[in-house]
Amino acid sequence: MVLKAKNRLGLVFFPAFDWAISSTHPEREERLLYTRDQVEEEGLFDIDGIIEYNPKMASYKDVQRVHLCVPDEKSRMTESHLISAGGAITAAEAVIKGEVDKAFALVRPPGHHAMRVVHGARGFCNINIEAVMINYIRKHYGIKKIAIVDTDCHHGDGTQDIYWNDPDTLFISLHQDGRTLYPGSGYTDEIGGPNAVGYTLNIPLPPGTSDEGFLYALDNLILPVIEEFQPELIINSAGQDNHYTDPITNMNFSASGYATLNDRLDPHIAVLEGGYSIEGALPYVNTGIILAMAGLDYSNVKEPDFEPGRFRETARVMEHIKDVCEEVYRTWKNRSKYRQKMIKDAKYLKERRSIYYDTDGISESREEIIKICDCSGYSILTSTSDRGYTIRSVIIPWNSCPKCHKEGLEAFEKIREEKGFPSGIICLQDGINDIFIRETP
Amino acid sequence: MIIGLDMGGTHTDVALLENGEIYKKTKYPRQEDFLESILIPLDQIMEGEDPLAIERVLLSTTLSTNAIVEGKLGKVGMVLEPGPGLNLDYLNSIFPVCFISGYIDHRGREKFSLDMDEVRSAGRHMKEKGAQYLGIVGKFSTRNPLHEKKIYETIGPSFSYSTLGHTLSGNLNYPRRIYTSYLNSGVWEIYKQFLKAIKYSLGERKIKAPLYILKADGGTLAGDAALLRPVETVLSGPAASIMGAMALEDIEEDGIILDIGGTTTDIAFLADGVPLFEPRGIEVSGFKTLIRGLYSRPCGVGGDSLVELKDGQLKIGPERLGPAAAFGGSSPTPTDAMVIKGIYKEGSRSKAIEGLKPLADKKGVSVEEMADMIYEKTADIIVENINRYLGEVNSRPVYTIHELLHGKKLAPQKVILVGAPAPAFAEPVSKKLGIPCILPEGFEAANALGAALSRVTTELTVVADTQERTLVVGEEGIREKIPSNFSKKDAEKVLFSYLRERCIKMGGDPSSPMEIIEEEEFNVVRGFYTSGKIIRLKGQIKPGIRGDYGA
Repeated sequence: MVLKAKNRLGLVFFPAFDWAISSTHPEREERLLYTRDQVEEEGLFDIDGIIEYNPKMASYKDVQRVHLCVPDEKSRMTESHLISAGGAITAAEAVIKGEVDKAFALVRPPGHHAMRVVHGARGFCNINIEAVMINYIRKHYGIKKIAIVDTDCHHGDGTQDIYWNDPDTLFISLHQDGRTLYPGSGYTDEIGGPNAVGYTLNIPLPPGTSDEGFLYALDNLILPVIEEFQPELIINSAGQDNHYTDPITNMNFSASGYATLNDRLDPHIAVLEGGYSIEGALPYVNTGIILAMAGLDYSNVKEPDFEPGRFRETARVMEHIKDVCEEVYRTWKNRSKYRQKMIKDAKYLKERRSIYYDTDGISESREEIIKICDCSGYSILTSTSDRGYTIRSVIIPWNSCPKCHKEGLEAFEKIREEKGFPSGIICLQDGINDIFIRETP
Repeated sequence: MIIGLDMGGTHTDVALLENGEIYKKTKYPRQEDFLESILIPLDQIMEGEDPLAIERVLLSTTLSTNAIVEGKLGKVGMVLEPGPGLNLDYLNSIFPVCFISGYIDHRGREKFSLDMDEVRSAGRHMKEKGAQYLGIVGKFSTRNPLHEKKIYETIGPSFSYSTLGHTLSGNLNYPRRIYTSYLNSGVWEIYKQFLKAIKYSLGERKIKAPLYILKADGGTLAGDAALLRPVETVLSGPAASIMGAMALEDIEEDGIILDIGGTTTDIAFLADGVPLFEPRGIEVSGFKTLIRGLYSRPCGVGGDSLVELKDGQLKIGPERLGPAAAFGGSSPTPTDAMVIKGIYKEGSRSKAIEGLKPLADKKGVSVEEMADMIYEKTADIIVENINRYLGEVNSRPVYTIHELLHGKKLAPQKVILVGAPAPAFAEPVSKKLGIPCILPEGFEAANALGAALSRVTTELTVVADTQERTLVVGEEGIREKIPSNFSKKDAEKVLFSYLRERCIKMGGDPSSPMEIIEEEEFNVVRGFYTSGKIIRLKGQIKPGIRGDYGA
């Protein structure tokens, strides 16, 4: 009499019905209301094997493993962000502890535009909830190789930035071409920093891409790369704004397409990101993803106005998608060669960037000096915002080799001694000893 | 005077109340025949009483529950309008199903209309399958009952009885709505026959008082009103005991109610003195339903549970072989241990010792030591279960930051014990939990008292959508136009007025206290402008003890 899930699925469903960026912002109280109605009406929480969890709250310490918040954590986020990140952690822990086979954190607000340094909110994101989750489970459960597949319509520039130099984190983003959509990045030539060339892969898709195009990229590029990478965990940043009804994007993906993609990708953990067609898409897409993750039949999940074949790509668009996939696959295959070409004999490389925070209207300029090594190395990052804050930090990733670790600590001591660092905050993010130090002038 | 009667699995308890106090009570073993199980103890208690002095008769019966558990339901055909979503083909193995097209969405908008030819053919198909009763259930019918009503008008009249899904509850949950409708149509005939018989029998005995039936939520409804939704009479037993315990002992803090029976102990919780409900509805014999009910969980240990040694380890329950040795039974039970320890003053101590001796010998300990071990183990099992269910209740999902951070966590301050074997359990449970256990006077007949004192309750759901300009009162099948400036205050007014009407229909007192139990209000924003509001309210007649019992 009760439907039984083939996979035990943990659901962290937290619609945060009392939180909004502002009352008419897309990221508002109403966002998951209709999704809640749909999953309640479908009776998904009654299915044997689907277990609902309350999110726990992430701590500032969990955030510090990922971010450099300027001037501090307290001023850059609210409880809602800690709960959203905590929800992702709850989902991951349920899987790792073996309580469930898979988990889906249906939480808000999202996080994939939040970069290493947090001066404010970008693309509705303050902190990167997947990254907080990943660094938490690496610290507490010793998981090493992780693949993140970001299926949000917007390029996951924050996640890309955080794992830019980490060869143990494969980051693949599938999104609408940056020439036509925020944040305007995610081109095929963004392939990772000097220590992780080829471990960041971007698949920009033309506006109008529908189920066929997405599933082509999945089958012909993403799945083979993951197969070769052999991750211990697969994470899906499950943004839902590729949907044909989304008000702020231009793609033609459907609920059935999303469910099929999730089924074939078979992630251990999915985390909701964007998606603002709150009535036309989210109720159906989320139902589809939940059923797919639970191993149940999703073939009858479709939008009431869906007509099969309505959104086929033209042959030219399909050709373009195939070319992009081929190019990206070549990058993956030739990643060692590309790395050699990039680093040559350098011991350190310098990268400079300007970053705009659209939600808060902040401009940041950043410079990072990266130690070249076969591990993630370490880096010295200096960031200044037009709000008058400057921060200099030594970042020692969780997988630095002992040599890089030692050199990083020495570098931090040197910055400390240089008392003259102009009115800035100095930080040490030591992923080996799980230590975070911040000193303000 | 009031008659309260609780028919349980093994016994029927009857209490006669005068001025709210138990004036007479009796217990009679359960008979094959339902009616006899009620009438024999009723006649016993009425001996020498004036039938005309009876003001009310309240019944808690296992009739519907048993029919479901034993699969003795009427032949029900289900006409379902599922729309897109979960694949429901598996329902075919439970009852005859006809899926028809048409779809209502989450805001009650008609996305696809009904095909009336298809509806008529579904009716014919159900007739061919031998269905006498119908269940008509559409997805999101609580947001717009139009399709269910149309289907009913077309094919309903040629069946003996039809349940329309939206009438059962305002809650979302399509599978539960389907099951609840199925059960409701399935028990209708049995309940109707029973009602007829009981009314006849009461008439024969010159008892002219109105008849009320107890529900799982601790409230009642008039016997005739229950014909509209007979499924609401299932699983009223635990509610009877909970309401009785609350009548016997004033409690305003968080608490636990333990109803200790022969084979099981039912565990229930109170939050600030108010009993906890099942969040989505109760489960009956594997069917998850939308029937509102008090939270109650069984634990397989009772006063007469069989105590055994399995691989040198003490095992208590879940079997029961008969009464405790101290009361003439043949096998050792927790009650015997309590008798030996002198905690329980009744029963024969020597027989209890005799009962425990084989176990003590096998284990190589004295009978007193064995009694100590059983005492510890029994309390451990109950406390373990209490803590498990407390954990379950305290981790219930919440959907707002406020509730997550500041929501209530249950911290019980005392335990109320009821049920005949309760005296044996008070001390060990109290010791293990570290909070007082109270054994109120009249604990043996708490269930019959609870049945007698409960009042008519009902709930109602109002959904106002000012963008769509519609107001829906789900359970009443009402969907009407509202102006765009309709406010939450307006919604409350509508809710209370319909709730009062419904209470009267259920046989209740129109002055019963009403309260709002759920409320939500969302701005609907389209294109960066607020274009309306969605207001959802759920109200209820507060379950509780009747205010007029002294009359």
